[in-house]
Amino acid sequence: MKNKKYYVKNKNYGYLAKEGVRGVFLHGFMSFAAVCVTVACLIIMGSFSMIMLNLDHMVQELDQQNQVLVYVDDSLNEAEAHSIGSQINLIENVFDQEFVTKEQALESFVAEQNDPTMFAGLSADTLRHRFVVTLQSSEKMAETVEKLKALEGVADVNAHLEVAEGFGTVRNVLQFVSYAIIIILLVVSLFIIANTVKLALYDRKDEIGIMKMVGATNTFIRIPFIIEGSIIGLLSAAVAFFAEWGIYDLLTRKISELDTLRLFSAIPFSDVLGTMVLAFVGAGLFVGIFGSLMSIRKFLDV
Amino acid sequence: MIDLKDVTKVYPNGTHALNGLDLHIDDGEFVFLVGPSGSGKSTLLKLLTAELRATTGSVIVNDFDLCKIKKSVIPYMRRTVGVVFQDFRLIQNKSVYDNVAFAMRVIGASEADIRKRVPYVLEMVGLDSKGHRLPDELSGGEQQRVAIARALVNNPAIIIADEPTGNLDPARSLEIMMLLEKINALGTTLVVVTHERELVNRFTKRCVAISEGKIISDGMDGYYQYEE
Ligand SMILES: Nc1ncnc2c1ncn2[C@@H]1O[C@H](COP(=O)(O)OP(=O)(O)O)[C@@H](O)[C@H]1O
Ligand SMILES: [Mg+2]
Repeated sequence: MKNKKYYVKNKNYGYLAKEGVRGVFLHGFMSFAAVCVTVACLIIMGSFSMIMLNLDHMVQELDQQNQVLVYVDDSLNEAEAHSIGSQINLIENVFDQEFVTKEQALESFVAEQNDPTMFAGLSADTLRHRFVVTLQSSEKMAETVEKLKALEGVADVNAHLEVAEGFGTVRNVLQFVSYAIIIILLVVSLFIIANTVKLALYDRKDEIGIMKMVGATNTFIRIPFIIEGSIIGLLSAAVAFFAEWGIYDLLTRKISELDTLRLFSAIPFSDVLGTMVLAFVGAGLFVGIFGSLMSIRKFLDV
Repeated sequence: MIDLKDVTKVYPNGTHALNGLDLHIDDGEFVFLVGPSGSGKSTLLKLLTAELRATTGSVIVNDFDLCKIKKSVIPYMRRTVGVVFQDFRLIQNKSVYDNVAFAMRVIGASEADIRKRVPYVLEMVGLDSKGHRLPDELSGGEQQRVAIARALVNNPAIIIADEPTGNLDPARSLEIMMLLEKINALGTTLVVVTHERELVNRFTKRCVAISEGKIISDGMDGYYQYEE
């Protein structure tokens, strides 16, 4: 067909890239605003992710401590109490047991306190003899705890069950809240970028009209705006990533200074560096590309 | 090649802009399209560029059937048709050279081809020394020459011009018409809409008169056939 010569293959990628970059600077203020809002959204999203990761980490640590405390009934004397150990050994899933007298328990409790003198007058009789029982697997913890409780002379068994479950609930709620916030913020970023690109489109309405008139394909018209959106998204991702890193390191350092009991051990940021880079870049590109596509769609249907 | 058969166009608001119009224009022709304001001339041109679709009838332009054309093919069809408007439609912040080069860039032409083709086209319209100027540093006639260069740069089979001299004084208008005639002589089909009887009568060209969306005369005897 004689029209074949009009099907030109694209040989001008440089033009597309240049136009995309130009767009960012042409609307400098809007681009700046879009980057700021997207950075804020990404930081909040990142922070919630870090909180989630840390909670998971804590739950895992609790799981790993597959030790339970078996308190012996007050009516038993030390020798009687000690003798329960052999029965504990017979229970399935028990790996090891160690007898701790109430005096030893008091000693170590006082030693753990910041100010040992505060507890100097405390009598060992307020505590009970106990066994520190190490389990083979924490999975069957609940079952094993029941068996330990059933032993004669055992008053109570203190497992981390409730703590673990409590944490689980907190985590689930937080997870839900986090997902909700992350989705809302993604949508916010998406709209901000969409509006920036829309402004760019309005600015170049005449240009686009001419492009269509001379036979530019919709893809060709779209690409510079997608590049513009992607640059904004990637720039935001970079800024947000380093800000997140700084904030997280600062916060965890402050917390560990206050947390002298070492109750809380934060995941070092370096452990999640790769994942975080991917997540930030992914989220940035996502809002950049879809934000621009959203605003272009309506525009090209002429 | 343009071929319209029994074309009607009814706008969504109910206006019947074209009412059973037949028109055939061969490759290489120069055709004036005349008629009173509101007679449907611009509507007809918009059908030729696939900016609008005919309500009924058939519209064929350069072997593209515009009644059946897929959206994705329209850009390629438009590369076969150069368009010139009364209001020039230049990009104000781009130089003359870049305005013309723009039309090549946005269809993906290489910079090497652009560097070869744009100066050639600018020379053809008589603006080879003004490539670096901005549109508002040019006269109206010169701006229209830029628009013509842009329409020409991708080497279309047809150029259509909707009142290209509507904003120009008679001397500039004549120059523009002579330029279009020259382009036609080099092989491009020309369809020129105009109001100016004097101008049409200075050329011995086919003249198609439209009134109320229908062709009322078509011949070489000029504009006088049609009365305002
Ligand atoms: N977008 C539109 N919607 C509705 N009516 C229109 C539209 N464009 C043009 N018309 C009507 O169609 C008729 C033909 O218009 P047009 O093709 O612009 O005429 P011309 O170019 O010959 O002056 C006129 O009655 C005009 O009012
Ligand atoms: Mg008109």
